[in-house]
This record gives sequence, structure tokens and C-alpha cells, in this order.
Amino acid sequence: MKIDHSQPLEYSTQQNQMNILGFWIFLGAEIMLFGTLFASYFTLNNGVGSGPSGSEVFEITPVLLETIILLTSSFTIGLATHAMRINNKKATLAFLAITLLLGLSFLGVEVYEFINYYHEGLTLQTSAFSAMLLLTLGTHGAHVTFGLFWGLFIFLQIKKQGFTVGTTNKSFIFSLYWHFLDVVWIFIFSFIYLKGMM
Amino acid sequence: MRFKWIVFSSLLLLTTILAGCEPLLVLNPKGPQAETTASVIWISIITMAFIVIIVITLLIIMLVKYRASKQPDDYEPPHIKGNPILEAIIVIVPVLIVTFLSIMSVKSTYEVESVPDGYEDQDPLIIYASSSNWKWHFSYPEQDVETVNYVFFPTNRPVEFRLYSYGPITSFWIPQLAGQKYAMADMITKINLVAESPGDYMGRNANFSGKGFAENTFTATALSPDEFDKWVGEIHSTAEPLTEDEFNKLLEPGHLGKMTFTGTHLSFAPAPEGENAGHHHHMESDQDHSMESDQDHSEHSSH
Amino acid sequence: MEFFERFAIPNASPLIYASMVAIGLTVVAIVIGLTYFKKWGYLWKEWLTTVDHKRIGIMYIISALLMLFRGGVDAVMMRLQTAVPDNSFLDAQHYNEVFTTHGVVMIMFMAMAFIIGMMNFVVPLQIGARDVAFPRLNAISFWLYFTGAMLFNISFVIGGSPDAGWTNYFPLAGTDFSETVGINYYMWALQISGIGTLMTGINFIVTIIKMRAPGMKLMKMPMFTWASLITNAIIVFAFPVLTIALLMGTFDRQFGTHFFASTNGGMDMLWANLFWVWGHPEVYILILPAFGVYSEVISTFSGRNLYGYKSMVASMVLISFMSFLVWVHHFFTMGHGALVNGIFSITTMAIAVPTGIKIFNWLLTMWKGKIRFTVPMLYSVGFIPLFTIGGVTGVMLAIASADYQYHNTMFLVAHFHNVIIPGVVFAMLAGLTYWWPKMFGFMLNERIGKWGFWFLSIGFCLAFFPMYITGLDGQARRMYTYSAETGFGPLNMVSFIGAGLMAIAFILIVYNVYYSFRHSPRNVGQDPWNARSLEWATPNPVPHYNFAVDPVVNSSEAFWDAKKNGHVLFPEKIKKIHMPNNSGLPIILAGFFFIFGFSFVFSIWVGVIIAALGIIGCLAYRSFEKDPGHYISREEILETEKKLGGASNEN
Repeated sequence: MKIDHSQPLEYSTQQNQMNILGFWIFLGAEIMLFGTLFASYFTLNNGVGSGPSGSEVFEITPVLLETIILLTSSFTIGLATHAMRINNKKATLAFLAITLLLGLSFLGVEVYEFINYYHEGLTLQTSAFSAMLLLTLGTHGAHVTFGLFWGLFIFLQIKKQGFTVGTTNKSFIFSLYWHFLDVVWIFIFSFIYLKGMM
Repeated sequence: MRFKWIVFSSLLLLTTILAGCEPLLVLNPKGPQAETTASVIWISIITMAFIVIIVITLLIIMLVKYRASKQPDDYEPPHIKGNPILEAIIVIVPVLIVTFLSIMSVKSTYEVESVPDGYEDQDPLIIYASSSNWKWHFSYPEQDVETVNYVFFPTNRPVEFRLYSYGPITSFWIPQLAGQKYAMADMITKINLVAESPGDYMGRNANFSGKGFAENTFTATALSPDEFDKWVGEIHSTAEPLTEDEFNKLLEPGHLGKMTFTGTHLSFAPAPEGENAGHHHHMESDQDHSMESDQDHSEHSSH
Repeated sequence: MEFFERFAIPNASPLIYASMVAIGLTVVAIVIGLTYFKKWGYLWKEWLTTVDHKRIGIMYIISALLMLFRGGVDAVMMRLQTAVPDNSFLDAQHYNEVFTTHGVVMIMFMAMAFIIGMMNFVVPLQIGARDVAFPRLNAISFWLYFTGAMLFNISFVIGGSPDAGWTNYFPLAGTDFSETVGINYYMWALQISGIGTLMTGINFIVTIIKMRAPGMKLMKMPMFTWASLITNAIIVFAFPVLTIALLMGTFDRQFGTHFFASTNGGMDMLWANLFWVWGHPEVYILILPAFGVYSEVISTFSGRNLYGYKSMVASMVLISFMSFLVWVHHFFTMGHGALVNGIFSITTMAIAVPTGIKIFNWLLTMWKGKIRFTVPMLYSVGFIPLFTIGGVTGVMLAIASADYQYHNTMFLVAHFHNVIIPGVVFAMLAGLTYWWPKMFGFMLNERIGKWGFWFLSIGFCLAFFPMYITGLDGQARRMYTYSAETGFGPLNMVSFIGAGLMAIAFILIVYNVYYSFRHSPRNVGQDPWNARSLEWATPNPVPHYNFAVDPVVNSSEAFWDAKKNGHVLFPEKIKKIHMPNNSGLPIILAGFFFIFGFSFVFSIWVGVIIAALGIIGCLAYRSFEKDPGHYISREEILETEKKLGGASNEN
């Protein structure tokens, strides 16, 4: 394994560079995935049947809370990467932990939101709109959940092994993933919630 | 060169059968819509045959002239980079052909979608054609009659079929009069056609819809306006009225023969158009429309 | 007992029971055979856990041939049933299941596996790499594909087959009209193998972008590699659409949602749109690698460089973009009106232009060449006229008004078989014969191969050309029978005879493998075809590490340059080589996916949860695992090269 020291550690081997490129391409596929969800959502937007519409169930408070939490976590994962670049293990672990905790609280609010919908009579089976809404949010939420486990594994590995060619590569890729989920959320926030509330 | 022989003989076979004996349904039109599609098909076959012949001729020239057995042993094929003029030709000629066909496609598509030329002034006869597994129901709101698995209409008068489905997507098709259109549960689609000569025409659902699909056919009969009026009169004097119960029974999956009723199902089970359509933007819930029958969801798309 | 009732077949027939017994006996025979010959260890160590792109490629191709057999039996049954009017060999329900599985198996599990297998074997060799970018992921891709294929194939003996056509239109595919678990199988089999395909897409893009030999600029890649790169880009953008569509379909069927229902705001047309937004690019995913194979084969056996390299690349890039802009032509008859249909009619026809450029480039490649009629070349030469006929009928179908008459008829069936069989199947057989010596170190018998070609081509023409005519005469597709008055009988009989000839061709091709394995000489040398591109610079069969020394190239025909122009391919000395380790994880992971899919099909939630935990466990294990790979020593390489008579310099 040739290590190129002129590069940051996460880019320092050919395999690492390929991992990062591969992940970017994966994110391209993810854009198509969420793009399909959005396109379907806009198609079925008005198919509320006898159930409630978006404007009837959306509440600004939890949604704003989720947005703030996720945006902050995107910032903290950025800080974690920065700390990694300057070889500060403690700070990296701390920011990574904060990111994961923020992710967890995001999920908490989202679960609360879903329970609320349930009480207002909006479930998967209510209408095409309700199913589409829950599927879109759920797919994003599932991604966050997956990210929590993944991030935890990386946390443990950095803690044990420190910064290696492997761990830096993994945590850099994880940060790309996390930023991406944030970007998706911004679209959800703007085009599902804000547009739905108007 | 058995290979050439095969290609040629199969092409020959194709053309003889296409041109020979009994004319194929699609190429034997009995109304202006089907005439348009038939002539489009013929023009495209001829254009495309031209391309196929060029490609096959070139291929044969290459194979005959440049096969190894014809070359000296020490012949070393040259390295050829490309030739701008040649490449321009192989781009421009297809572009021209495609442009020609595109224009024809758009023009003819507009034509077959609208009321045929020369018939715009007449009031079209409106017939609702709805499919259920595996039957066709024809409702005549104007004449206030309904038939199952057969449809009568007068010649030389535009007919507007309004299509929808109680169940899977089906495709309404009378090859000698017009091309297909889907019938779906939550909206209406339309076919405009005119029959210019009287006769019985094969009609069917062309879109796979389950077990009974193969037999999901009907007869379309064009008759003179006088005879059509007589036929309507006869129904009113002989047929039973269509009740809601009776109609729900008809909807049950299975096959039925030809049936005739007075009245239409539209009075108690309106078609998915206007405020009854599945897709419109002001969805005031109108659940009270829902029916007790098993076909509940397919029958009513108006929620 | 109630629990087991769900696994019963809803409409059993003696045919299904017979195949059940046959499958059971085959499995028992394989297990006994492996045990008796003590081959379990070999199988596990050398194949099931391999991460070698060549072996994975071969496993894909074997699976593809198995699936070709399955789909082919379906096809013959369909032709037999419709050979005469009012036939009662199959009932309507059984016929519906047969054409559904025929379509899915042939597209998803035969053609896809064949092209991905071919890419696996050839691409790393063509670019001078030792493996793909992510060898482990590659193995996972294969095993997920294999899981999907097996899941789909057990449907007809456990629980019932899907029966709504491979296009699976809702609401027909909803629980109202298809009550068995068949379509659940469809959803999960495609979902699981689709994930594998997406991973393949990513893997190969990175491989091709990052692992090319020094000197191989993008415009100096062999054409098959170019085709693979573009194909994989389409895969990455098209498959996520299918993922979502399948997920929505699963929810509709198993969780009572109304995405595609006609009540509660659902829209059946959405499925058709999503399906074809994926489905049309999928067609080009299949055909572009085929184009790549033809480019290699025609150039090799004409003894000439590929004509119009740049326009070949440009036309493929163009085709890949446009493949996403034409999906509506699959349902012109849905009633969008003349404007929308007109637009999609034009975009569809426009694809004919780049495709036409390719046909003329191949013809011009033969120009001034020295054409040798080997089996791969015969397939390529047969491809040109037959595919042209398929292509021009495609243009005819693209004319929206005329499509109202062709749609859903045998004309359409004839068209797409006319592009897929001479396009994809011929290409795969050509490629398989061409690269066979690279895979196994001996040649396939030319004489039997040529018989196979003729049976296949003549059978093809007889089977499908009559359908153009019956289609124009009003024979709708997917009809399990028709009456004698329709007059479809004689031409359908011709089709059946053609299908029979194609079946004989398949037997000949398989027999050829056996015959050549027994009788072909083993020392074929490095260059049995007088070929041109880099993969031929390795010994036959290719050693585990591919290239003993990293090659350096300066054109798309590096091997030809080395042979004729004195180009030095291997300037460096042999050094130790780093290779990835084998791993059992992919097959174990796929095993959990199988349990997951199977349990989900039958809504056995305990199984779903256990399998999901297993999958997560595998991923966690992978995250913590350290896998540094291993080195092959210089001595070992020298010895292998000597044994294989490799052309690489042995200093």
C-alpha cells in the first residue's frame, strides 16, 4: 500500500481515493432515489382522499426544531473533519459524538411528529398523499438511523485505533453522507413542509 | 453465403404475406382514423425498407469483397482513422429521414386524436365504454340504452367513445376503425372515430388484464342511421331496464354474452369525469357515493 | 399446519409438480456429488468466497446460462400453447405466470447477468488492472443478484408465481386482482438483485476511472470498456427509480397503502411512469455492452482498427442521455394527448440517429479489411441486418399515431425480441466464444458453434417475423389462446417451429462446451484470434493476478501495437503483487438477504427481523474487520508465468 504524504490521510492511498470517488457516485444514486420520491410526492400531493391534507397536519414547531438540529449536526460533523485534519483525536471524537447525539434527537422529534400525525388521523393507509409523505420522511429517517450506527462504529474505531489510513477515510466518507442527508432535509423542509403549509 | 439467402427469403416472405391474400386488419381500414394510421404505417414500412436494403447491400458488399479467402495472404488491412465527409453523410441522412418521420408522426397524431376531417360540424354520438373483468359495457346517454359486449353505431357520423375501467387498465381497440386507447379507473380517455362503411368489426381489450383477458372481446357494428334508430327503438320496446343490483352483478369477474338494457348505469354510477374524476385539485370528500358492492374501490374513484 | 398452507401453490398442475421433483432431485444429486468427490472445500475456497473478478464473471455467466434455460423453457411452453387455436396445454392463469416469469427472468436474471458477467471478466483485463476497485463489494453484488434470481425462481414451487406481466402494471398487480404472493416475490427478487446491480454500477465506474494502465487516456480505452463505463453510469441513475417503485409496490401490496390504487388519491399511471423511467434506460443498459462486444469482435476479425472511434463514443454518450427522455413511448395510448405524444415520439426517433451511426461504423470497419468468418464474427455479421430490422420497426413504433395500432400486439413483441435477441443474446454468445480461451484456456469447437449460430438465426427469423404480421392482423400479446376464425393459427405454428430450432441451438451451444472441454487442445497460446486489445496480452487462461507486470499502453489497441509496431507493453520487472483476500462474508450476507426476502414475501415478520439483524451484523463485522490483503511473491509469479508461457518478460 503506497501512502502519498502530500495528501490528507483520508486521500493518501489509491484505495482511499477510490473509496471517496465511489461514495460520491453512490450519492449520485441517492440523489436519483430521493428525486424519485420527490417527483412521486408532487404527483400524489393532492391525492388526499378523505384524509387530511398537508396544511391540516403540518406543525411548524417540531419541523423547525428538526431543521435546526440537523443543520447544527451538519456543522459539527464539519468540525469533526476539521479536527481530524489537524490531528486532534479528542476534538474529533467529541464533535462526532455531538453529531450522533444531535442525530438521535432529530429522530426523537421525528418519531414524536409521526405519533402526532397518527393522532390526527394520518397514517400510511389514509391516502396516497399520507403514504407518500411518510415514505419520503421515513426513507430520510431510515438513512439517519443507518448513519447513527455507522457513525458509532467509526467513533469506536477512531477511539481504539486513532487516525489511520482506514479510520480517516471512513470518517471523511461518513461526513459526506451526513452532509448529504442534511441537504435532502433542506429540500424536504422547503418543498414538503413550507410549500405544504402555505 | 447461406446467410444472405436467409435474410432475403425472410424479407420476401414478409412482403408477400403483407401484400398477399387477405388484407391484415390494421391495413384494411373502414374509417378515416384507421385510414390515417394505415397510410402512416405503409409510408414508414417503405421508408424503413429502404434503410434495411441499404444496410444489407453494404453488408453484402463488405462481406463479399473483403473476406479473407479473397485477399492475398500477405494483405495487411490499413489503419483508417475516419473521414469527415463520410461521417457527415451517415449523420445527415438519418437525421433527414427522422425529421421527415417526426413531422409525419406529429401531424398524424393530431389527426387521429381529433374528430376526422369533414365531420366536425356533426354532433358526435357519445358512447361511454367501460370495461370490467372481462366485459365491455356500452352506455348511450342520448339514447338511454346500455349494451354489454357489443356496440352499434351509425355510419358516417362521428362517434366519441369515453373510456374508463372498473378494475385493471384495459385498452379499447377496434383495429379497422381506430387505434387503441387505455381505459383506466380514475379518469376518462376519449377516442374519436367514424365508420364509413357498414359492417361488423372485431373489437377487443388489447391490454393484459388477468385470467379472462384473451376472451375480452366485443363486436362493433356500423349500420345506416335509419337502422340504428330502428335498433334503438326496438330496445326501448323489448329490453328490461338496467337496475343498480343488476349492474353490480354484471361487474363480477367472468364472461358474459351480449346483453341489452334500457337506461344506463351512468345514472347511479357516474363515469369518472368532471367532479367524479380521481385526479382534480379540489378534493372535497364525497364518501357517501361509496357502494356496498365488492368492486367498491374500482367502481368509484371519486374519493 | 395453517402456517404451512401459505406455501402451497394456488393453481398446481402436473407440470409444476414434475418440476418440483426435478428441482429436488437435482439438488440432492449436486449435494451427493459434491460430497462424494470431496469438492465442498474446493467450491467454498475457490468459488463461493472468491473476490476475483474473473471467477465472479464466470459465475455470473453460468447463472445467466441457467436462467436462459429457465426463460427458454417458458418461451417454448408459450409458443407450444399458442401453436394451434384453442389449445389447452396451459390454462389462462398458468400461461399468464409463464409469460411473466419469462420476461423477468430473461431481462433481469439472464441478460443483466450475462452483460455484468462479461464486464466483470473483461473490463479489468482491458484496462490493465488486477481487479475491480472494490473486489469484496463485487462479490456482494454477485451474491445479491444470485439471491434475487433464486428467490424469483422458487416462486413457482412455493406460494405461486407472479402473473401480471413483467411490466407488472397496477392495479392488476395489486392485491385486489392478484391475490397470491407471486407479485411479492417479483418485488423482492428485483429489489435485492437491483441493489446488487447498483453496487456493480458504482464499482465499475470507479474501476474504469481510477484503475487504467499508465498511458490509457479515456479516449484510448477499448470500445467494450467505454460501453461498460456508459452502461454503468446509466445503471447508477436508473436503478434507484426502480428501488422506489418497488418499495411503493411492496407497501401497496403488504401494508395497505394507496400509491397505485384507484381510490384514496392513488394513481395507477404513476407505476407505469416510474417503471418505464427505469425500464427504458434498462434497455440501453442491455444493448450498450452488446455494442461494445460487437465493436471488439468486428474489429478483430476484420483485421482492422475500429472505424470512427470518436463517433462511436459520442453516439453511446448521446444514447445514454436520451435513454432517460423517451419513457412515455411505452404508453402513448394512455391518453396524454397529441402534444406530449408528439414530443416523445420525436425524442424516441432521434435515438435512431446515433444508433445508425454505429451500424455504419461497423460496416466501415469491415471496409478494406480481411474478414474471417469465425463463430463470434458470424454472430456479429448476423446481428447487423437483424438488428437493423429490429431498429427500424422501433422507429415505426415511435410514430405515435401508428403505435395506437401496434401497441400491445404481437408486432411489439416481434420488435423487442428483434432487438434483444440479435442485439444482446447474439452479442453475449459472440463475446463468450471470443473470450472463452481467456477464461478456460481452450477454444470452443468452431464447427458445432457455427451449427448453433445457424439454428439460432433461422429459428429466430421463423419465430419472430410472423409475429409482425399477426400483430398487424390484430393479435394482441399475452393472449393464452385464440379461436380458429382469427386465422392466426398457421403463422403461430411457424413461430413454434422457430422456437424449437432456437431450443436446438441452445442444446448445441451447451453441448459444444462439453465437447470442447473433452476434445479441444489446451495449448492455444496467448493470441488464438490474432486480437488487438490489451486483455490478449495475458496468458490463457488468465492467471489469478492478471498481469505479472503493470502494462504501459499508448492506444486503444495496445496488444496490436506490441505485435506490429514494436510497442513495449511491459517495461518493468516483475515485483511482488498485492491482492485482496477471499471472504465468506458476501455469501453469508446474501444468505440473510434471502431469508429477509423470503420472509417478507410471506409476511413472516419474525424471519424478517432475524434476517435484518443478520444483515446489520454482517455490515458491522465488515466495518470493524481489518483486511490487509496478501502478497504474491516474485518467485511464485515467475513460476506461474513459466508454466503458462506468459509473454511478459521474465527477467
